[in-house]
Amino acid sequence: MALTLKELTHRQDKLAGGHRLCAGCGASIAVRQILLAAGDDAHIVSGCATGCLEVSTTIYPYSSWRTSFIHNAFENSAATISGVEAAFKGLQRAGKIPAEKRMKFVAFGGDGGTYDIGLQSLSGAMERGHDMVYVCYDNGAYMNTGIQRSSATPFHAWATTSEVGKAQQGKQQRRKDLTSIIAAHGVPYAAQASISHWRDLVTKAEKAFAVEGPAFLNVLATCPRGWRSPYNKSVEMAKLGVQTGFWPLFEVEDGTWRQTVRVPQRKPIEEFLKPQGRFKHLFKPENAELMKDVQAEVDRYWDYIVRRCECEGDAPKAAE
Amino acid sequence: MPEQTTVASTGNILVAEAMRQANPDVIPAYPITPQTTVVEELAKYVAQGRIHAEYVNVESEHSAMSAAIGASAAGARVATATSSQGLALMWEELHIAAGMRLPIVMFNANRALSAPINIHCDHSDIMGARDTGWIILFAETAQEAYDNTVISFRIAEHPDVLLPVMTTADGFITTHSIDRAEVMDDATVAEFIGDYEPEFALLDEGSPVSHGTFAGLGGPFFEFKRSQRNAIDRSMPVIKQIAAEWSAICGRPFGMTEGWGMEDAEVAIVVIGSTAGNARHVARELREQGVKAGVLKVRCFRPFPAAEIAEALKGVKAVAVLDRSESFGAEGGPLYLETRSALYDLDARPAVVNYIYGLGGSDVTLDLMRRVYGDLSDIAGGGAASSELVYLGAR
Repeated sequence: MALTLKELTHRQDKLAGGHRLCAGCGASIAVRQILLAAGDDAHIVSGCATGCLEVSTTIYPYSSWRTSFIHNAFENSAATISGVEAAFKGLQRAGKIPAEKRMKFVAFGGDGGTYDIGLQSLSGAMERGHDMVYVCYDNGAYMNTGIQRSSATPFHAWATTSEVGKAQQGKQQRRKDLTSIIAAHGVPYAAQASISHWRDLVTKAEKAFAVEGPAFLNVLATCPRGWRSPYNKSVEMAKLGVQTGFWPLFEVEDGTWRQTVRVPQRKPIEEFLKPQGRFKHLFKPENAELMKDVQAEVDRYWDYIVRRCECEGDAPKAAE
Repeated sequence: MPEQTTVASTGNILVAEAMRQANPDVIPAYPITPQTTVVEELAKYVAQGRIHAEYVNVESEHSAMSAAIGASAAGARVATATSSQGLALMWEELHIAAGMRLPIVMFNANRALSAPINIHCDHSDIMGARDTGWIILFAETAQEAYDNTVISFRIAEHPDVLLPVMTTADGFITTHSIDRAEVMDDATVAEFIGDYEPEFALLDEGSPVSHGTFAGLGGPFFEFKRSQRNAIDRSMPVIKQIAAEWSAICGRPFGMTEGWGMEDAEVAIVVIGSTAGNARHVARELREQGVKAGVLKVRCFRPFPAAEIAEALKGVKAVAVLDRSESFGAEGGPLYLETRSALYDLDARPAVVNYIYGLGGSDVTLDLMRRVYGDLSDIAGGGAASSELVYLGAR
């Protein structure tokens, strides 16, 4: 039974207001929606990698988290929560925690802390099969340190370490497809979601919390500072990411690939890029060819996901 | 009644035995020479169902300490082991474990650091960790490695301390040589260590807690560090008390430092770890020849027992400090620097010289000890103490 918006509004937000994240921050939207999906009764331990989310929500002696919370370092949110989960198992075996007790363990990290420096830690935790959910809030750069390029930064996007100038037009490489990498670990659940599609996101979070073993959510989360986009348009921005096919919404459940939101008529990528200052160089006439390359890269990834959902899905030709 | 069994075993196996007896809840494990037989032994205990610990096969030492921190903050008793490059890879996590005041116990098999790569004993790895905020114990023998590991859990979890403890032994020399040792019965060790009752556990329902929060931007970072400093200072009497308790049960002496012939020594070697035996052997020879030779072994390096060392060395004419690690560019090795500093306030300071020895397992022979005592006798007899750093026995 799918969750309704009305039902969600009756649940307690587990990330309280008053934190210091920017207006329009996509990360806090992702965290709130995902933790709502865990349910009011859930006893949760949240972990967080170093980054905006961590520094802005746990300024001593305050905390916005209505869960138990641990921050360790940048690259090891997954390993840290895997240790918490191991403690739960060990203490249950010791009889110090009742055998019937259930808890939820969730680790958060941005794309820098997940795709790049935390990939090994994440891979290890996923491979070991801990009963935990890992959430990457992907805003496509190291935003906390000032918009540096990560392996999640889009092709040809400007960042402060993939600059735009005469010799180079932003990031020269395509994005890393992290969701597929985690799916290749054979985890019971991996999915890509967006802050713009609340029902899809919350449903995926519910599934992620429900499975026994590791689950992974990769959530497109706008950063108005880094994207150079209007702070009051964050959800629309993420929605354009989905509608242009830049960010396909899919899930891999026990090896079955499924597109969860269909996009019958993908909008041209320009519609996602246009409102974002990080892509403004692509709209110069002399960069028309680069824009075609960017569209081609979006098409390539979209086609790849469609093909996988067709070949490894439960409903052939599910995607249009 | 405490019952001890005499065994012939290696330092590593005895450390694993002490960890089994401490009944940890979580063991993050990653192999590295010459520590590996510790985690192998613990894996056997898990497979045999002899311990309830959740054994986490992490994918690196960085994740080993990361998981240890998560598990300890969650409220578990945590034990792990590492060496050399593995300890180096943990570096940022060592600081975090101490800063978060988590009573993790880790064994380190002391080994050289690359480059060039070398798997043998020296203290470069552990001395590199000396300012991370961990309590650090050194063992001369497999027996001491066992005893140090047993008391580590009590020290770490003591409410006045709450700091991680590293129990160490010299790679291969102590970790792999078969030695005679006494192992205490399980019940006595379990009773001695007791249960771990954490005050701020992540897994405590009803009282959510936050660990590792942000204390910058004018926050109380400086004050947290002061309180961490106070904790390691408070650990000194706690370690002495717990060591004395264990000593009363097992019947073996246990001091922060241990002197041999120091009552009237005119020349003395200050040393850490397995080399203490070599030094004592030669000191005994020299005593027979009428030389008043002594040995001061430092068993606890952090906190550094400076007052005790000054007291032991105050009447000595010439002191040689042996360092099995470098502090490149400094006046000498770490033990030398700290020992010399400990002596500064004495009214009459002994002459102090420094030797770097045994790096990367370079052989530590009795002849080298004889040479050191020979130098000391020259100095004690009025010769000049050289300020030159000597690489003892380097070809």
